Amino acid sequence: MTDIPATALEPELAPKPTAEERWRALRTVSRGDVIYRSLLTVLALLLPLLVVLIAVELVSNAMPAVSKFGFGFLTHSTWDPVQGQFGALPLIFGTLYSSLVALVIAVPLALACAIFLTEFAPRWLRTPVGTLIELLAAVPSVIYGLWGIFVLIPLLRDHVWKVARHALGWLPIFGGVFYGPSVLAAGVILSIMILPYIAAVSREVLLAVPPSQREAGLALGATRWETVTTVILPYGRAGIVGAVILGLGRALGETMAVTMVIGNRHEVSASLLQPGYTIAAAIANEFSEAVSDMHLSALFMVGAVLFVITILVNTLARVLVWRVARGSAVGSTAI
Amino acid sequence: MTKRIAAVLSVAAGTVLLAGSVAAQTVRLNGAGATFPQPIYQKWVLEYHNAHPTVEINYQGIGSGGGIRQFTDHTVDFGASDGPMTDAQIQAVNGDVYHLPTVLGSVVPTYNIPGVTAQLRFTGDVLAGIWLGQITKWNDSRLTALNPDANLPDQDIVVAHRSDGSGTTYIFTDYLTKVSPDWAQRVGKGTSVNWPVGLGGQGNPGVANIVKQTPGAIGYVELIYAIQNNIGYGVVRNKAGNYIQASLETTTNAAAGAVASLDPNTDFRISITDADGAQVYPISSFTWLLLPKQMTDAVKARALLEFVWWAVHDGEKFTSALAYAPLPARVVQLEEQRLKSITVNGQPVLPSNYRGR
Repeated sequence: MTDIPATALEPELAPKPTAEERWRALRTVSRGDVIYRSLLTVLALLLPLLVVLIAVELVSNAMPAVSKFGFGFLTHSTWDPVQGQFGALPLIFGTLYSSLVALVIAVPLALACAIFLTEFAPRWLRTPVGTLIELLAAVPSVIYGLWGIFVLIPLLRDHVWKVARHALGWLPIFGGVFYGPSVLAAGVILSIMILPYIAAVSREVLLAVPPSQREAGLALGATRWETVTTVILPYGRAGIVGAVILGLGRALGETMAVTMVIGNRHEVSASLLQPGYTIAAAIANEFSEAVSDMHLSALFMVGAVLFVITILVNTLARVLVWRVARGSAVGSTAI
Repeated sequence: MTKRIAAVLSVAAGTVLLAGSVAAQTVRLNGAGATFPQPIYQKWVLEYHNAHPTVEINYQGIGSGGGIRQFTDHTVDFGASDGPMTDAQIQAVNGDVYHLPTVLGSVVPTYNIPGVTAQLRFTGDVLAGIWLGQITKWNDSRLTALNPDANLPDQDIVVAHRSDGSGTTYIFTDYLTKVSPDWAQRVGKGTSVNWPVGLGGQGNPGVANIVKQTPGAIGYVELIYAIQNNIGYGVVRNKAGNYIQASLETTTNAAAGAVASLDPNTDFRISITDADGAQVYPISSFTWLLLPKQMTDAVKARALLEFVWWAVHDGEKFTSALAYAPLPARVVQLEEQRLKSITVNGQPVLPSNYRGR
C-alpha cells in the first residue's frame, strides 16, 4: 500500500477523459461479456423454441385427423375408435364445463381465504392457516382422485343430493339420475385443487395494497368490510384476475383426479349430475392402447386443441390484466 | 497390512476380469407391449435371467398399441399385444411377424345388487342387451328368466366399462360381437369402443370401484383381478348351453376347444371367445408375443427363441401362481414348429431337434 505514489490516488491529477472517451469506454464490451450475453440469449430462446417444437409435433401428428375430419372434429360428438370416427365436442365441452364449475366454487372460497388472512385474521393465525392452504397444493392429484371415489362421490350421492334434490331437482343443470361419477364431482375435486393457487396469489396481491389506501378508506368512515369491498379489492383486481386465470389453467389440464371421478363418457350434457369427459383424461386413458393410426392422430389433434385453449386462456388473462391494470392496481406485474 | 491389501486387490482384479468376461457374452433383448401379461412376463424374465445370467431381457408394459407400433418400427426385438395385429398392420411389416400365444386371460361380469347374494347367470345375449342399454332394470324379464330364484329388484342397471384402452375390453367386446349381431353392427370390437351407455372407470380397479360403490351397477373385470381381490362374479352360458364359472381351468379349456379343430398352419390370430366344448368359459382370449419371422442378429435371435421356448414350456408352471391360465399342450406343440421356422439369413436359428436349453 505504501508503495503506491500518493498521486495515483488523486483523481484530479489524472488527465480528465473527454466526453467522447468516456462514451467509448462505456461502449467497449469485453469478450467475456459477449460470450456471457450470447449464452444467456441462447438459453432464453430455448424455452420459446420448446413451445414451438411442441406445437409443431402436435400439429404434424394430428395432420391425418385434421385432413380427414377438418373443422367437424370440433363439432361432432361421436368418438368411435372401431369405426375410426372421431369428434371432440364432448371432450372440449367437458373440459370447459368442469373447469367452470371448479372456478364457480373455488373463486369465492379462495377470495374469502385471502381476505380473511390479510384483513381479519389475528396475526398469530395468519401463517399457520396460510401454510395449511398452500399445503393443499402439495397433495398429489391421484390422492384427490381416491378421496373423490371413496368419500366425495358417496357423500354427494347418498347425502347431499338426497336433500338437495327437493330444492334443485327442477333445474336443468341438475337433471337426470345421479349415479355418482359426474361433472359435478369433477368440478368439486378441481375446485379444491385450484383453491390454494388462487388463494395464495390473491393473498400476496392483497398484502401488496399499500397501508395508506386502507387507512384512507377507514379515515373516510368506512367499516373494515366496506374498506375491503370498495378500496382493497378494486385496487388489487388485476392481480386477482391473474390468480383466477392461474387456477383455471391448472383446472383445464388436470388429468388424474378428474378421470377418476368424472365417469369418462363421450357425451355432451348440460346436467352437472351426468358423466362427462375431459381432453386430458381422454388422452391419458386412450393413448397407450390406441392401436389404429387414426385413433392416435385424433388424440394428438385433441391435444392440439387443448394447447390452443390454454394459449387462448392465457392471452385472455394477459388482456384482462392489462386492461384492469390501467388504473393504479397492484399485482399486475407479479403475474 | 500389505498382504491384506494385495489380497483385496487380487480379489478385485478377479471380479473385474469375471465381470468383463460375462459382459462380453451378455445378450440384451428388448420387448414392449401389452400390460395384461406384464406380471407373468416380468416373472419369466427374472426367472430366466437367474437361470441364464448372460441373457438380459427388458420388457416394458406400454400397452398393446405401443407394442405393435414399436415392433413395426423395429425399435424392439419382440412386441406383445392383447389383440392380434390387423391385416393392414401385418402388411406394414411385409408379413414378417409370428403371433405366438403365451398365456390366457378371461373376463368376468361383476355386479352389485343390494339384497342379492346369489351368483347370477348370464347369456351372451343378455350381456349385450345390458351393455347396449336395452336391458335397463334388474327385474327385466330376460334376467329373471335366467335367474328365477334370485329375487331381482326393480332397480336401474348402472353399466360400467373401462375408460382406458385395454385388452380386457378387447376380449369382452370380441365376445359380444360374436354372440350379438346387434352389438357387432352398432359397436364392434376393439381395445376402446364407442360405448352406447355407462360410466367409464380407469383400469380394473376403476371399474371394480364403480361396481362396488354404486348400487345396481354391473361391470366387467379380468378374472385375475376378480380372484386376487375376492370379487364375486356371474356365470356365463357357453355355446354348448352350459353355465360355466370362469376359472383357470375353464379358460384353458376354451383354448383347447378352439384349437382342437385348428389348421396346423394357423397364424394364431384366432379368437377363442364363444369356443366349442362342454366345460369352456366363453369370454377368454390369448395374449400374444410378436416375433419377426426373419431376424438379422444370430446371437440375439438364438437367445430370444430359447427364451420364448423356455417360457411356453417351463415358464408355464409360474402361471397359476399369478392366476394366468396356461396354454393347452396342442398350442405349445404348434408353437414349437413356428419357433423352429424362424431364420437368420435364411438359416433356421434353432436346430430341428431342439428340445430346450
